[in-house]
Amino acid sequence: MKHPGARRWLLVAMAVAVGLGWAQDRLDPYFVDILTRIAINITLAVSLNLINGHAGQFSLGHAGFMGIGAYTAAAMTLFAAPHVLPGGAGGWLLGMWFLVALMAAGGMAALSGLVVGAPSLRLKGDYLAIVTLGFGQIIAVIFRNIEPLGGALGLQGIPARTNLAWAYGAAALTVYVVTALVNSTYGRGFLATHDDEVAAESMGMNTTRYKIVAFVVGSFFAGVAGGLAGHFTLSINPRGFDFNRSIEIVVMVIVGGMGRTMGVILAAALLTLLPEALRMLSGLSPSLRWVGETRPLLYSILLISLMLLRPQGLFAWKRKGTVS
Amino acid sequence: MSQSAPPAASIFRRHFRHFLLLTAVTVLGLVGCKPSDGSGAGSGTGAIKVGEFASLTGNEAAFGRSSHQGTVLAVEEINAAGGVLGRQLELITEDNQSKQDESATAVKKLISRDKVVAVLGEVASGRSLEAAPICQQYKIPQISPSSTNPKVTQMGDYIFRVCFIDPFQGTVMAKFAQSTLKAKKVAVLTDVGAPYSVGLATFFKERFVGDGGEIVAEQKFTNTDKDFKAQLTAIKSVAPDAVFVPAYYSQVTLIVLQARELGITVPFFGGDGWEAPELLQGSGSGEALEGCYFSTHFSPDQDSPRAKEFVKSYEAKYGAKPDAMAALGYDSALLLADAIRRAGVAEPTQIRDMLAQTKDFDGVSGMMTLDADRNARKSAVIIGIRDGKFVYKETVNP
Repeated sequence: MKHPGARRWLLVAMAVAVGLGWAQDRLDPYFVDILTRIAINITLAVSLNLINGHAGQFSLGHAGFMGIGAYTAAAMTLFAAPHVLPGGAGGWLLGMWFLVALMAAGGMAALSGLVVGAPSLRLKGDYLAIVTLGFGQIIAVIFRNIEPLGGALGLQGIPARTNLAWAYGAAALTVYVVTALVNSTYGRGFLATHDDEVAAESMGMNTTRYKIVAFVVGSFFAGVAGGLAGHFTLSINPRGFDFNRSIEIVVMVIVGGMGRTMGVILAAALLTLLPEALRMLSGLSPSLRWVGETRPLLYSILLISLMLLRPQGLFAWKRKGTVS
Repeated sequence: MSQSAPPAASIFRRHFRHFLLLTAVTVLGLVGCKPSDGSGAGSGTGAIKVGEFASLTGNEAAFGRSSHQGTVLAVEEINAAGGVLGRQLELITEDNQSKQDESATAVKKLISRDKVVAVLGEVASGRSLEAAPICQQYKIPQISPSSTNPKVTQMGDYIFRVCFIDPFQGTVMAKFAQSTLKAKKVAVLTDVGAPYSVGLATFFKERFVGDGGEIVAEQKFTNTDKDFKAQLTAIKSVAPDAVFVPAYYSQVTLIVLQARELGITVPFFGGDGWEAPELLQGSGSGEALEGCYFSTHFSPDQDSPRAKEFVKSYEAKYGAKPDAMAALGYDSALLLADAIRRAGVAEPTQIRDMLAQTKDFDGVSGMMTLDADRNARKSAVIIGIRDGKFVYKETVNP
């Protein structure tokens, strides 16, 4: 199935990303910070949505793949670049190298996705959640114990390569690939696996393969997001890729509505903005100081009420073209 | 199945209301409060804005809050005495929930929105390291009250601290283990999840082995662990004279309680991460920790007029004795005010230059001189636990 419209949206989004990148220096750095984090979270949430939403699996290890990507990309620019690039390489070459680093980050994450996914996706339901949960923990422990990668202190001095153009470019590409994949003839297999695995298998579909493909593609983009995040915060540390981070991404997917790409995008943006909006609110006047102090609590309360009011997801709508 | 409209486009059309909502939230959240119109910083006549980012909630909140209270007290006292250069100090505090990733955002907000002339923070080295490149990039001096990892100030020439660093603390504890505890065989239990712990353990081992001691066991755990029996059993089997646990208070209590259950009776000792009232609050933890020691920056029982005065005013305001974090939080604000006064103008670059020249600054946590690496050279204090209380043991000079 062709999607000229979707491709047009991709082009528009890319153009907007480049425009934002160009305007970056003119914008408030705090504003840019939040916008960048939104883009990275969109990439993470939309890619997890492919696994948890569309393919109906339950992964709790997305931050682990993100961590692999972050460390791979950081190692590429910190350790590999001086050997590969000529001294005094210009901006264009550095940008190309960053692209290579991001691809390597995605590749490494996808590879680990394959290694973890191939045996464990034969499991059904809750078991996968446990396996991915364990995987996420193992990744954090491994990074914590590799001294050349900084151990618990992590890596510092990563060059600032991520700008709004990179971040939104990656987000747009992720959305495009996931949407196009799910809406393709092949992608109907994900939905079939999600809707009724037994029925899909009795139709002769290899559901395990569909699950693995979803898992590997999702991990790839998580790795890319990790690479972007590392070159954005300029320091990475195993604590940033722990279980809590995985849960944050899962929450974005659930709040947005499992399998609803647009909903997940909006949820990722909203949940990134919310803590900062509360921060700003508390700064408005001394009488609102309590908002800042109870920020984690307010965030949780908002989350609970969202789920009570909109259990199907905040921005969920009826999925078109599926019978369920 | 028939899908006439392209999905992205149709999704957008059908969810236009949500887009509007989201845009509204964005605009409200980000543009809602306009940044001050330039007059806040530098040479104006209004209040001098000082930023602070702190772990007010989350894992290290006990430290973050102590440090924050010390800073607030210092700013209040400075303002009550007429401020700096005839202007009041305005402290703007942001919480980072003790989370990785939030400090950079908070500091960017302080610098770009609030236009602060300097940033105070943080307790944990990991999060100071996250803010440091930002402060360096925007050339805003950052003073960390109590991040002891050496890497923090290596991030750039705008990054300072008012505490000693881990190599010094490791040395102090190695000397103390040999001379006071008379320990020859020591076991080390490290929190590999905390850079602070790993660094301190390394420096301790270097010095202790260098002075002829023996490390008989090296065990590891991570900051989410609650059960330490496996590590402690391994430590028990080698019968050390003492156990060095360079970890944070929340785990130290659990570790020592479980060690006593297993019948390990030798003293435990550690670094400034131990110091929080929470260390002794659990049931039975006072008895378990009896005869244990830790090194830190400040003791309220310390014999100096400056410290006594600080303890008095802190108790009057908060109804509790200050700990080391509070003293360092206090000193960080005091040092900044002093540097602004010496600079004669509230400009970040001049403040930085004056901070770098700090010599024999009389803080409540002791006399300090900032060396070429922007670290404070000052004395350490050793505190012991007697009858469920922190008791001042001795002061160790550099």
